[in-house]
Amino acid sequence: MLIKKPADIRTSEITSKDNYLDRRKFVQAAVAAGGALIGGEAFPAMIPDGRRAKIEGVVPSKYSTAEEPNSYLDVTTYNNFYEFGTRKEDPYRHSQEFKPRPWSIEVSGNAEETGTFDLEDFLKPHALEERIYRLRCVEAWSMVIPWVGIPLADVIKRFKPLSSAKYVEFETLYDPKRMPGQRSRVLDWPYVEGLTIAEATNPLPILVVGVYGEVLPNQNGAPLRLIVPWKYGFKSIKSIVKIRFTDRKPVSSWERAAPHEYGFYANVNPEVAHPRWSQARERRIGSEQGGGLQSLFAAAKQPTLMFNGYAEHVAHLYDGLDLRKNF
Amino acid sequence: MNTSDLIRFLWKPLVFFACLIPFGHVVGDVYGVTGELGANPIEEIQDRFGIWGLRFIVIALAVTPIRQVTGRNWLGRFRRMLGFYAFFYVFMHFLTWLVLDQGMLMSAILEDIGVRPFITIGFAALLILTAQAATSTAGMRRRMGIRWQKLHNWVYLAAILGVWHYWWQVKLDTSDPAIYATILTLLFGSRIWRRRTAARPRA
Repeated sequence: MLIKKPADIRTSEITSKDNYLDRRKFVQAAVAAGGALIGGEAFPAMIPDGRRAKIEGVVPSKYSTAEEPNSYLDVTTYNNFYEFGTRKEDPYRHSQEFKPRPWSIEVSGNAEETGTFDLEDFLKPHALEERIYRLRCVEAWSMVIPWVGIPLADVIKRFKPLSSAKYVEFETLYDPKRMPGQRSRVLDWPYVEGLTIAEATNPLPILVVGVYGEVLPNQNGAPLRLIVPWKYGFKSIKSIVKIRFTDRKPVSSWERAAPHEYGFYANVNPEVAHPRWSQARERRIGSEQGGGLQSLFAAAKQPTLMFNGYAEHVAHLYDGLDLRKNF
Repeated sequence: MNTSDLIRFLWKPLVFFACLIPFGHVVGDVYGVTGELGANPIEEIQDRFGIWGLRFIVIALAVTPIRQVTGRNWLGRFRRMLGFYAFFYVFMHFLTWLVLDQGMLMSAILEDIGVRPFITIGFAALLILTAQAATSTAGMRRRMGIRWQKLHNWVYLAAILGVWHYWWQVKLDTSDPAIYATILTLLFGSRIWRRRTAARPRA
């Protein structure tokens, strides 16, 4: 895997947003990124003003959808990442000074191989794939995103989990100095998520390091995040520092915050409504900006698919499980 | 010009158009003239109209306490217009939800109103404001007599339902609705306090 310095500077997609984005932060982040490049880090720090490092040697995947992906702008300016604030634009606005290097990942628990690994070493044995996946947020909006990552199943196998490893638990970095959203206790930090070992070794979940063929921006969970495409977005934990094999079912952060609204499984399911809103339909993000009323009328909601359209790959994982109770 | 004419011919038209600015801003953003609505434009429009509806309810309710404290009784002449704008923005919020968000899909709309309590209470607040807007003319006020004041006292309930609707709708971070809940509590408190102190000399 070879990650080069950015070849060119593109401003096209971002400049139009200048009117509501803080220019000063751009400048500060640009200076910080410049410093990182001089320092010779393998992954340059990401800033979305065009200095986006291309990831080389990414291979396509048979699991990709043929649907049209959302724009880079939509993907990088509209998302939830409460570590940087609770509004959709907060992750973009408040993550520009975050430095995702150096970064290490601690693998622990019921496995033959454990230890703490530098990100580079953690990724080295694996080939990077592009996976274009649908993403369905629990808030009933959705996107299509071309991620770059490695299959989680391969990573799991590498650490040789013991038979007592029934679940895999993930943890986000806890550092309120670097993640300003953590200074407010909206969630019980650090953010925790979990999968059953069967889910984690399914071919679909990936550990992501990039988007649109470029290094993952801070606001999307740099430098390493999970993507589980058949579950609501909050399961796809960002900025991972810990992976633990355990015999006990992890309690995920949203489950802890509101257990009657968010469950451990959180599988996309149009038939099981959230207590406060329907999950039967979803709004695909990204309508033409400034396109007038017509473009708004055209942005109709579309039906949500069982397991977000990935039923053929994952439905068997839940045979005999009451999905209404285990939401 | 005396004060009354000044209010009628200068200040009232000015306030009338000033209250339309948030609406104009949304329309401008829809056409990309004044700004942008972001990646989820429909939600953005719906949220902005909803927030302005709540703001106008609070502003209209604040007129009387401010008038009493400052002694500027002419402020009372703006109350009806401000109340009407509360209805206008809440109605636009509802219309955005009905047409743009739900796409007029009746089964989904009825399910939401019937089954989802935060939508039920929001809808109830809209019904109250609609009845008040429909009876806001001087002629209606005269014809309805005592019943008019009774109907218009329901605005307090609409305000509570509005804040509750907002509170219930947010996923986890209730800091914004908490601001409106606090302002509303202060406004109600000032009215209760005023009644008590006014009643005391007679007791």
